[in-house]
Amino acid sequence: MWEVADLADRFPTKEEMMRAFEEYHGAEVQKKYGKARVAVCGLGGLGSNIALSLARAGVGTLHLIDFDTVSLSNLNRQQYAVSQLGKYKTEALRENLLAVAPYINLVTDTVRITEDNIEELLKEADVICEAFDGAEQKAMLVNCVSEMFPEKYLVSGSGMAGFSSANSIKTRKVAGRFYLCGDENSDVSDNIGLLSSRVMICAAHEAHMVLRILAEKYEP
Amino acid sequence: MVKINGKEMDVAGKLLSDYLAGTSYDEKRIAIERNGVILPKAKYSETVIEDGDVIEVVSFVGGG
Repeated sequence: MWEVADLADRFPTKEEMMRAFEEYHGAEVQKKYGKARVAVCGLGGLGSNIALSLARAGVGTLHLIDFDTVSLSNLNRQQYAVSQLGKYKTEALRENLLAVAPYINLVTDTVRITEDNIEELLKEADVICEAFDGAEQKAMLVNCVSEMFPEKYLVSGSGMAGFSSANSIKTRKVAGRFYLCGDENSDVSDNIGLLSSRVMICAAHEAHMVLRILAEKYEP
Repeated sequence: MVKINGKEMDVAGKLLSDYLAGTSYDEKRIAIERNGVILPKAKYSETVIEDGDVIEVVSFVGGG
């Protein structure tokens, strides 16, 4: 195993981190991850967990987009600390990602994503993650991206609320380059609750599909 | 026949928007896949459902 002896006294270099991950991902895949740019739309329970998974895998550039700040009710499932309450999620997540992936390239936009700015915001992404909480926002993004960027891969999440079995959350390819993760049924507006475990499972499905796509494995 | 979300339906010749109006789908929460392609929202009111079409209405739910 690739280990470096003196890391208690200094920061690992970019090369050392790459070498350490290559062992798990393969050198060829690691190179692909390093060159990739993924946009994460929404930095709540889905987006903050997706971004951490992708950053840990060594994805080169993450584009983090959210208008909101960290609030107390976010902390049951979102990857923020109590000390970050009130901060913009873009800034708080930047700190948290850099703590585990110091060489990642982060692009942040603290804006609300609308039909009017999607084209400008997402034009450079290789893969786009939909990670909103509202059903209408999810549908809006999926419809707009499918129309504006049919050549881009789009991974979305729908249905992770409640206490239902973890095993009901799945990934499927809906059409072309559009993948959908979740149970597609459990709606948070039915007051069934929202648990970190189930949200993280859905986020992991999304992150995993992104990592599969970047490794050129296109089946869900 | 037309297949919508896996069910055979006798709706060929109908406008997609007319079909949707007769269902409980909320148009703001859906994406529609028709024969392997996501159909732009603006096309719902000009797309005539054709015999043999395979359509899926993806209905999003909240939470994230």
